[in-house]
Amino acid sequence: MSSPKVLVLRAPGINCERETHHAFTRAGGTPSFVHIQQLLAAPTQLDSFRILAVPGGFSYGDDISSGRVLAQEMKAQLGCRILQFVERGGLVLGICNGFQVLVRLGLLPCTRGTLAEEVTLTHNLSNHYECRWVTLKTQKSRCVFLPSGLLLRWPAAHGEGRLVARDATLQKLLLDEGFATALYVDENGQATERYPHNPNGTPLGFAGLTNRNGRVLGVMPHPDRSYLPTHMPNWRHTQLSRGSLPDDGDGMVVFREMIKVAKAEG
Amino acid sequence: MQAWRIDVLARPEHHDPMGSAAMRALLATGLEGVQDVRARRGYLLAAELPEAQVRAFARAVLCDPVIDQFVVHAPGAAPQVAAKGTQMVAIVPRAGVTDPVAHSIQKSLADMQMPAVQAGTYRAFDVRGNVDPQRLLQAAKKALANDVVQDVLLNALPAGFAGASAAADLAVHPIPLAHLDTSGLERLSKDGGLALDGAEMVVIQQHFQKLGRAPTRMELETLAQTWSEHCKHKTLTGNVRFEGRLIENLLKSTIVRVTHTLNRDFCVSVFVDNAGIVKFDDVDSVCIKVETHNRPSAIEPFGGAGTGVGGVIRDVLGTGLGARPIASTDVFCLAPPNLKPEQLPPGCIHPLALLKGVVAGVRDYGNPMGIPTVNGSVHFDENFVGNPLVYVGNIGILPTARAMKQAMAGDAIVALGGRTGRDGIHGATFSSLELHTESEKVSSGAVQIGDPITERKAMDAVLRCADEDLFSSITDCGAGGFSSAVGEMAEGLGAVVELGDAPLKYQGLAPWEVWISEAQERMVLSVPKAKLARVLEVCREEACEATVLGYFTADNRLVVRYRGTTHADLDLHFLHKGLPVRVRDAVFLPPSVSEPNLPPEPNVTGALLAVMSDYGVCSKEWIIRQYDHEVQAASAGKPLCGVREDGPSNAAVLAPKLGSRRGIVLSNGLNPRYSKIDPAAMAECALDEAMRNSVASGGDPDYTVILDNYCWGNTRDPQVLGELVRATEALCELAMHYRTPFVSGKDSLHNEFRAGDRTIRIPGCILVTAMSVIADVTRTMTSDCKRAGSLLVLVGMTKDELGGSVYYKTKAQLGSKVPRVDKNAGRDVLLGVHRAIAARCTLAAHDLSEGGLAAAVCEMAIGGKLGAKVDLAKVLTACTLRPEQVMFSESQSRFLLEIPPDRLADLRANLQHVPFAVVGEVTKEPTVLFAHGSQEVARLSVAELEVAWKRPLDLDQTLVAAGGGR
Repeated sequence: MSSPKVLVLRAPGINCERETHHAFTRAGGTPSFVHIQQLLAAPTQLDSFRILAVPGGFSYGDDISSGRVLAQEMKAQLGCRILQFVERGGLVLGICNGFQVLVRLGLLPCTRGTLAEEVTLTHNLSNHYECRWVTLKTQKSRCVFLPSGLLLRWPAAHGEGRLVARDATLQKLLLDEGFATALYVDENGQATERYPHNPNGTPLGFAGLTNRNGRVLGVMPHPDRSYLPTHMPNWRHTQLSRGSLPDDGDGMVVFREMIKVAKAEG
Repeated sequence: MQAWRIDVLARPEHHDPMGSAAMRALLATGLEGVQDVRARRGYLLAAELPEAQVRAFARAVLCDPVIDQFVVHAPGAAPQVAAKGTQMVAIVPRAGVTDPVAHSIQKSLADMQMPAVQAGTYRAFDVRGNVDPQRLLQAAKKALANDVVQDVLLNALPAGFAGASAAADLAVHPIPLAHLDTSGLERLSKDGGLALDGAEMVVIQQHFQKLGRAPTRMELETLAQTWSEHCKHKTLTGNVRFEGRLIENLLKSTIVRVTHTLNRDFCVSVFVDNAGIVKFDDVDSVCIKVETHNRPSAIEPFGGAGTGVGGVIRDVLGTGLGARPIASTDVFCLAPPNLKPEQLPPGCIHPLALLKGVVAGVRDYGNPMGIPTVNGSVHFDENFVGNPLVYVGNIGILPTARAMKQAMAGDAIVALGGRTGRDGIHGATFSSLELHTESEKVSSGAVQIGDPITERKAMDAVLRCADEDLFSSITDCGAGGFSSAVGEMAEGLGAVVELGDAPLKYQGLAPWEVWISEAQERMVLSVPKAKLARVLEVCREEACEATVLGYFTADNRLVVRYRGTTHADLDLHFLHKGLPVRVRDAVFLPPSVSEPNLPPEPNVTGALLAVMSDYGVCSKEWIIRQYDHEVQAASAGKPLCGVREDGPSNAAVLAPKLGSRRGIVLSNGLNPRYSKIDPAAMAECALDEAMRNSVASGGDPDYTVILDNYCWGNTRDPQVLGELVRATEALCELAMHYRTPFVSGKDSLHNEFRAGDRTIRIPGCILVTAMSVIADVTRTMTSDCKRAGSLLVLVGMTKDELGGSVYYKTKAQLGSKVPRVDKNAGRDVLLGVHRAIAARCTLAAHDLSEGGLAAAVCEMAIGGKLGAKVDLAKVLTACTLRPEQVMFSESQSRFLLEIPPDRLADLRANLQHVPFAVVGEVTKEPTVLFAHGSQEVARLSVAELEVAWKRPLDLDQTLVAAGGGR
């Protein structure tokens, strides 16, 4: 099995590309950086990759609203191509700003299989950016690579992470029909809308979404900042109780599972 | 020019966090009658765009289709702004103020195949309720806007774009000096904002007399920028007569001498580049720079702090042949946020507004840059009311092989990044003047607004060019703009510049303005001709504007032309070496202070709560959480620690090469209050505290470099300069003993505020920043208690040193017995504790600083959500002390360690002859108990402590409700 090729998208203001690249390398993938200008100039190159990763950051300064300008830039020339990429077996990961871009592009949750903005990621109820570690519980979802039932600690770091659907019916459908992949949970492991466990006030506690065929994952908190054991906030406790550090941090599962699925699918 | 106005607002059924925040801010001013506030995000599009396109663009791009609605106001039409019972305030950027969003709007227009017409933004708020219009306007000006850069409109929207600039004055403007006497020259300097003194003006006069001509305005401005205190550090590099001695070049004979004498082999490049460069491993080096952005932040805290961050990032980016910025640090000194409004001198911004502004400024620059803000501190003292201090620091990483640079004759001068505007003119010289009541009005040209994404693009472009080895030298455009950047690079060479090619934000700038503008986000590269095409190509790919401004020559002349006309032709030797050496007198007179005679406290519980809720001690979580401290995935020791990540950390630990465990420990030390008793104590304690913070986190005291950042009053006053000299000598003596070389430093002098006949002077401050390189980040430590039943060990001696302490402050006292550092004992303590942590003997380690032993115990308990029992009688003291003195003494060179009982022998072996005592234990029950023998002195639950410690700076009221007492 060859090492799956990963396109790590760069764009003005994207700033988590190096850690995303390293995490995929560590998982056994072969990532390369491709700048949005290069991709727009030669869109067919997308087809030579198995995975597309849109890293976090502040694409175009998050001017107007988060991810909006990059999504608009991608829409005309890349939107349908990415949809085809997903339908033909590609996998897509959007982290934080990458998630915001995929939502504005209409690729998530994409409940009807067409590109339309069904949900938004908007300003936190606190009205400001916030960086804090949160606990997520992964759900039984359509996502083909994120295992369910995991309790994961990842850092959230965003100002616009409140996931609001067009209406309450859709918000509920996202949960009932397996589009919601991970929920913010409190100290008892229960999904929560309350600060600080839910850092932005998202109804029902959604922290991540997948699409209809489960091949696209968008998450607000950062697996790309929690994949090494020393990334974890209390690794010293772990070291004390286990006598040594584990190989991975909690975010690594995403990269490992994506590479595993890509390899299995050949 | 008229424009379409598009208001975007959340539909009524959706939350409106921006409106809610505005409502809180308005209510906080005391405005009455407000029932509800809804926000509008406003956009301007040039009137020439057809309405159908305006609406299509608003629908597709400006408006969030899921939750927003929008209103379009036609050009020229008076907008229907206020519904019944509602008034509106609009916040509009003033003419010439950078509007970073405008470019993105134009880009999206182009992406939608529409004409990329002029665009702009504003904000507006619908305020419902029975509110007095004039009071609303005043409250909005105070709470929602900054007068310096924004206009506030009541019940109106901006009609269009701010007026077009007048045509540029392109004349050369010779400035005759020959006829002026010294006082005439001084007046010329003062009126022109040149900040040159009489002696300096005379030297310039003589130089041009020899040439037989008058200097041009541009030449005079270039000299003023290059010779400014900001760029040349005239006071610190000058000669000082002190206590019967003549100290030649104060900086060289103190700070620089320490580094040269120590001659540590890990120093790669010191005092010659933008930042000090230190060996990291066999391949790479790390570089570090800290500076201040005090004056701009005093006038416009958001823009000032943000551009401070942007500036120091560019310093690092421009170090060696380009370094990748990996972490930021920020330290603020402000007046207490609860300052009564009537105590605020006219012309000053209230410290609470300042705090919110500078935090937002750091946040909104650092986070979008993708550079984590990992470390910092905040200090409060009344004397910072007119001169808040904003220290900004940055660390970078670069291959050691690329640490040196040299521009060559024939290289092209390439400017890249942001465009040049009128922003920031006279920043370098403004920073050398005293602030006063009217500074806000007269100096607003010095205010800069940042555009982090432009800087990010410049950074990405520079680092790609660096990887491909495409340039021979690089520097940032900081103080003095092109004049300083090109002038510095041309030293020993020469340069010809064609300024007419510089890209401008808008028309109307005179050539001298283009030359000295401190517009942000610009870098200057020296590019060999053969590599020029590739540099321009890389910049194009990174969407970063790059322009050839001229080339370097070999005639040692700095020639600046504007469309063919020569505006400056300066001898570079005179520019860089012509500045006369300054000689100043200094005298140190110890301040008259005395020790208070406080009655003994039988129960210290109340005093403990007061100390824990002092602004200097209390939790800074509200600030920390707004900064991205995780981006770049290097974090191995975070600013907050403990089971709920709310305990205070001593320092940041980073593993910057992903996958490698080699790391950096970054810390700082500063205590302005000690300076009021003895500046020498302040300086020593700053260094010892920075080292303690580092060592407590796992830093290696024998592989640590330090930075000195001075903020001082008016050093023309011999007494004030005497304090500086005394502090410097004490600092250097200790640094020599600790074997910690200085690798970079900076000074900001004249921090005095004139309000009527009152002068408010800041206490002289030296911020010491310490950076240690360590082999393995898994051998580092945090401060939170980890295990019930473990021992609390106090390392070091506790003395009668409560002068300047937080305890005395809570009693409205200063005292006289200020902590001093015993340099021999101090080094032994640092080395011993480092060995113990590296040998994994400890479960937790915390340094003792503000609030002393008591604060350290409580903070460790809060982090661990465990209790502690401490017997004060067990503490090693240098003399007999009362229990509260033991608890709150701020003696230096002390650590509190948590140790498993079975590791006590190992600890002893590692500490060697360093004095220590087991003073207590960690308990499961979350209560902190201080006793003296059998007598209980203070007892508090961790939950109570947490509330007291978190409440003072819980500015969103979320920490105590959510985090305290859970």
